[in-house]
Amino acid sequence: MSFLEVTLQLADGFMTTLLIFAITLVGAIPLGLLITLGSMSKVPPVKWIFKTFVWIIRGTPLMLQIILVFYGPGLLFGAKALPRLIAVIIAFIINYACYFSEIYRGGIESIPKGQYEAGQVLGMTKTQIFFKVVLFQVIKRIVPPMGNEIITLVKDPSLARVLSVIELVQAAETIVSLKSLIWPLFYVGAFYLLFSGLLTLLLNYAEKKLNYYQG
Amino acid sequence: MAFLEINGIYKSFGKTEVLKGISFGMEKGEVLAIIGSSGSGKTTLLRCLNFLETPDAGSISVGGETLFDSLSPSASDSEIRLKRLHFGLVFQSFNLFPQYTVLKNVSLAPELLHTKGKKLSKEEKSRILCEIDANSRALLSTVGLSEKMYSYPCELSGGQQQRVAIARALALSPDILCFDEPTSALDPELTGEVLRVIRELKTSDRTMIVVTHEMNFARGVADKVIFMADGVIEEYGTPDEVFGNPKSEKTRSFLEKSLENP
Ligand SMILES: Nc1ncnc2c1ncn2[C@@H]1O[C@H](COP(=O)(O)OP(=O)(O)OP(=O)(O)O)[C@@H](O)[C@H]1O
Ligand SMILES: [Mg+2]
Repeated sequence: MSFLEVTLQLADGFMTTLLIFAITLVGAIPLGLLITLGSMSKVPPVKWIFKTFVWIIRGTPLMLQIILVFYGPGLLFGAKALPRLIAVIIAFIINYACYFSEIYRGGIESIPKGQYEAGQVLGMTKTQIFFKVVLFQVIKRIVPPMGNEIITLVKDPSLARVLSVIELVQAAETIVSLKSLIWPLFYVGAFYLLFSGLLTLLLNYAEKKLNYYQG
Repeated sequence: MAFLEINGIYKSFGKTEVLKGISFGMEKGEVLAIIGSSGSGKTTLLRCLNFLETPDAGSISVGGETLFDSLSPSASDSEIRLKRLHFGLVFQSFNLFPQYTVLKNVSLAPELLHTKGKKLSKEEKSRILCEIDANSRALLSTVGLSEKMYSYPCELSGGQQQRVAIARALALSPDILCFDEPTSALDPELTGEVLRVIRELKTSDRTMIVVTHEMNFARGVADKVIFMADGVIEEYGTPDEVFGNPKSEKTRSFLEKSLENP
């Protein structure tokens, strides 16, 4: 098989990986915020429901969750099964939203009480304090841990193979086993490195931009 | 009736009674120093005045307007916001907004207060912003920081940061400006510059309450001094009365101790 043929065959897998990556990011960032609001709620039952949910999601393997989202609705409620890729993406969004929510919560809780009080004493509304005083400081603090999660998210889509969704690693493995070629594995590895390398540069740039002040 | 009237303020946190009936009055333009040992409730009192804590009982009025009365129904958030503008508070730990320049730290609150949620034409808005900008610059020059206008708080010394915090509090022209140990977070060589700024504000006829451990400052600058002990006002009078001729045994022993290790 030529380099071009392998590339073409991998392209589909790559698109799937990229799709899972992008939709998860777009879905989990806002969903995480909702979960944060829930887990920081002043109403104890709401808070505990959200906290338990986060605990379950973070405490079990993503692969298990993918399988559950695909088979669960059918076996539990007799519902029609979701398309495989959709099931994967739903599991990813929920899983990553829970991780993001904990990062957001950590960021919000790390802002000293004095910042809120300074805003209050200066006659600001709660909304103004959040958007004008706190939010930017939270963003600055969460960019590094969010970066870690996002880099992980580049590689995690390989779990989709558990539902036989052909992503990049699965696509490569098919070639390796059928054609007895080893180099497509390195080719795919290089692909991941390039992808995460670009993201790292982007994240470093954002971090640097936000570093115009200390604290 | 005095300009500021505080009557029978009580405040407990759970079972700890922190303020046990604080009452005093202040005239416009007066400077009041509050001294007292750690844990006597000085910070809690200032926080009550600034609506950061709600007293369990008592009343607060400024210029004849009742701002707080535990007997009347509690106020809404937006009412409290307007009421607390009668007071300003300078924190022990500055609490500047780190992401904004010094100038923006001073102008942010007035900008939000005077332009948000109001129907303003473009011209009106830019006129108001211009005024706020000019006023903020003037305040920074009052505290001697014109040169640092575009610096960020992290680039300033503690003393400079506290002077920014003072300018920021002044930007909303509060009737009464409160300071909670404004120099205790500072190295000794930096306290002088902050105390000097506060002293200069006095000449401009501002009403101020300063919680402080700097006895010389209290003695030299204040018109009245309160000594607090265990949540009550143990002694109240002019600096000469309180420092020169304390009536209470507690005051005397506190002053002796603070002279030993100032
Ligand atoms: N939010 C709170 N919850 C529980 N207890 C509190 C709270 N705030 C203050 N206290 C208690 O109230 C008492 C008085 O505290 P406060 O900070 O008013 O004293 P202070 O006179 O300002 O002391 P210092 O000179 O050390 O600043 C202390 O015993 C403190 O532990
Ligand atoms: Mg205190």
